[in-house]
Amino acid sequence: MARIWIALGVLLAQAWTGVGAARAQERPLAFVGAHLIPIDGDEVEQGVLVIADGKIAAVGRAGEVELPPDAEVIDATGRVIMPGLVDTHSHVGGIGGADGSGPIQPGVRVMDSINVRDAGFRRVVAGGLTTLNIMPGSGHLSSGQTVYCKMRFWREPDGSSHARAIEDIAIRDTRTREEGGFGVGTVMGGLKMANGTNSQRNPPFPGTRGKSASLVREKFIAAQEYAEKIERADGDPEKMPARDLDMEALVEVMEGRRIVHHHTHRADDIMTVLRLADEFGFRVVLHHVSEGWRVADEIASFEGVPGPDGTAWGAPCSVILVDSPGGKLEARHLVFETPGILEKAGARVALHTDDWITDSRYFLRMPAISVRAGMSREAALRAVTLSGAEMLDLGDRVGSLTPGKDADFVVLDGDPLSVYTKVRETWVEGHRVFDRDDPDDRLHAVGGYGAAGESEPYFCCYQHLIGEGQ
Amino acid sequence: MRLLTFAVALVLSCVCARGQNIAVRARVVYTVAGSPIEDGVIVVRDGKIAAVGPADGVEIPEGVRVLQATVATPGLVDARSTVGLSGILNIDHDQDQLEHSKPIQPELRALDAYNPYDPLVEYVRSFGVTTVQTGNAPGELISGQTIVVKTVGNTVEEALLKSPSAVVATLSPSARKGGGKSPGTRGKMVSMLRQELIRTREYMDKHERGDADEGEDGDADDDEDSKPGGGTDLEKEALASVLRGEVPLIITANRVQDIDSALRLREEFAFKMILDMGAEAYLLADKLAEAGVPVIVHPTMYRATGETENLTFENAARLADAGVTVAMQSGYESYVPKTRVVLFEAAMAAANGLGFERALRACTIDAADLIGVGDRVGSLEVGKDGDIALFDGDPFEYTTHCVEVVIDGVVVSERVR
Repeated sequence: MARIWIALGVLLAQAWTGVGAARAQERPLAFVGAHLIPIDGDEVEQGVLVIADGKIAAVGRAGEVELPPDAEVIDATGRVIMPGLVDTHSHVGGIGGADGSGPIQPGVRVMDSINVRDAGFRRVVAGGLTTLNIMPGSGHLSSGQTVYCKMRFWREPDGSSHARAIEDIAIRDTRTREEGGFGVGTVMGGLKMANGTNSQRNPPFPGTRGKSASLVREKFIAAQEYAEKIERADGDPEKMPARDLDMEALVEVMEGRRIVHHHTHRADDIMTVLRLADEFGFRVVLHHVSEGWRVADEIASFEGVPGPDGTAWGAPCSVILVDSPGGKLEARHLVFETPGILEKAGARVALHTDDWITDSRYFLRMPAISVRAGMSREAALRAVTLSGAEMLDLGDRVGSLTPGKDADFVVLDGDPLSVYTKVRETWVEGHRVFDRDDPDDRLHAVGGYGAAGESEPYFCCYQHLIGEGQ
Repeated sequence: MRLLTFAVALVLSCVCARGQNIAVRARVVYTVAGSPIEDGVIVVRDGKIAAVGPADGVEIPEGVRVLQATVATPGLVDARSTVGLSGILNIDHDQDQLEHSKPIQPELRALDAYNPYDPLVEYVRSFGVTTVQTGNAPGELISGQTIVVKTVGNTVEEALLKSPSAVVATLSPSARKGGGKSPGTRGKMVSMLRQELIRTREYMDKHERGDADEGEDGDADDDEDSKPGGGTDLEKEALASVLRGEVPLIITANRVQDIDSALRLREEFAFKMILDMGAEAYLLADKLAEAGVPVIVHPTMYRATGETENLTFENAARLADAGVTVAMQSGYESYVPKTRVVLFEAAMAAANGLGFERALRACTIDAADLIGVGDRVGSLEVGKDGDIALFDGDPFEYTTHCVEVVIDGVVVSERVR
């Protein structure tokens, strides 16, 4: 049965890539004269970016890059071009993951809930974001599987949107299972987990931190036993355990294919995540990490799980900065200095919007505030591009202006870390998906969600904490 | 009687002001009262500004501490906040910004709830905010009063500039009750407000006639509120101060129809009105300009939901373009971030059409004038309070730091932010 699904996935993937390839831009495009921020190398003052067939073809200094003879040349003088932004933690799309029936539901997939017509996506591209990890909320110890998406919201020649369903924006793996991937053509995603206060509720949810960790250990031990049964069956269908979606997801986690994206704020909660990751050997990205500054060395030197390249990665962090501390007890000691402190400790640092908590349209504000509080410019810009991509196992596909990578980039009218700078254009796989000069796009760039009459936005971890009537 | 309390409080605040001497020299001084001064100097004596001008024209008295910075602005003024009432922890016992027991309670004084030691007060101060109008939050038809305080002080009396500074009302679904309780609809909200203001008028008439004896006052339906002996009614007193024009009525409204209802009420009862939030105010900009109603516009980065779904980053700019006076606010937040910072909200407005100069005014002098303390704070002029924010660059830039903050001539923050 599993094989059938994988085979179907491959078929779907092939069908999809077929469409995508046919719709990529006809001629190579050369953006000439722009200030380039490639992320994987030094910034280029007078640069040239060439894209062809939805991929980056060449990056370099003007005059040093040979333009393809059939290239359409676009004067980008005065513009700044950087890779499309990668958001490791977003809640756009009217999502719904696990329900109230239990605290740990890894079998639930957020991809089965996403409305690609949600205007949230229009704001996402207005902010220059091109790759998202869309997650269910933090009100559970595990609220389900996340999905990695590409903002393929370009128009087809008949005027319709390319993105008609989640399948059109989901990112599919190019790695085989032998390589540690999900299998070629399979939709990629992580597993959302949380500890601390958001997931503490009335039974069957945990009431304390100790109970939270205990419930998680219990579930992982069950998954270990499930995996052992499969191994012992050695392909004999009679001996195979009955399929269990929760168990399957946790086995993928323990095999290192599915990365755990773990909501965690307080220093002691962060240490609990590391303890569990060490015990069960799962790859983890720490999310929010408000008190990461207290345990920066522990995070940076974490050796429980190696990175995808087999080297020590520490525990990668995806940090959020909001404009003041507090609002809930676990965010009481949130500070702007966290990204810089983690960087200095040697940790890998990405940033995320947690949209709706912060709006995707000013995602670039976060690396800027990180620089304000001590992070280096290089690490801050990497934190919203390549570092994020690496934490989604997408570092070889997106996140930098590197030949061979997807042609995902943002055209800015000034320095990315200035409040006065605007995103002028956003490109995904060689297609322009946002143009500030287009009145409709501009409306989404400055207006509220009423601009498109979508459904109510989903508030991660918000409603049950605040309650109704406030 | 309440006026007397107010006067005593003011006197106290003057006595306690630790007015000191200090001087500031900055590459650019934005006085907000005239053109920016290149290489400017501000001299503060006994807590008040004694001189402002170019370095070659203003003498710095001997022995006075001199702060150096790239940019100096007036201490920032946040026109609508809940800091000091809506505590950082967001647990029941530190949330004093909204009382739900009745829909109309204008007598609730922010003065009796403000905690000068809440960490968020110090937090906003470290970003250059020296004056805030804070108090009861939106969310009930009339939720109470606001005060204006400096962001220092051991007690509210020490921090106080003005009390009450306004009475606050909400005309939006957030003030609606469920379960058959009133107000349950927009129409009922306006009806209840009108009824209350009419009763207040009658109360005022009665008191003017010296006719304060007990009797049928038409309040028969207000059983929990029956008046002992026909004396002073705190609720009516508070609303009377609005009807007499002593304090403005801040009305929080977002939808066009709610803003319109607010303007209709103002027309009928001739109170001083300030519109708060106004997510859709840009759609009525001309009408607001004609009525001369100022707007404390929603935080630029306010998260659009429900009734604020149509807000825009360009709201402040579009209102200002139409001739409406706008001020910036941090507003009320029920989750994270627990407070916004008016500096950041003004910055985002500056970058979205309002421009540097108007955005700076909107978080200094225009905000100060709007909340009734423009004679004390909001600009760097001789005679005004020595409240100054120092920056190492354009105050609105993301990567600029607020390096020092001065209130009444005293350095109150040296944490580089």
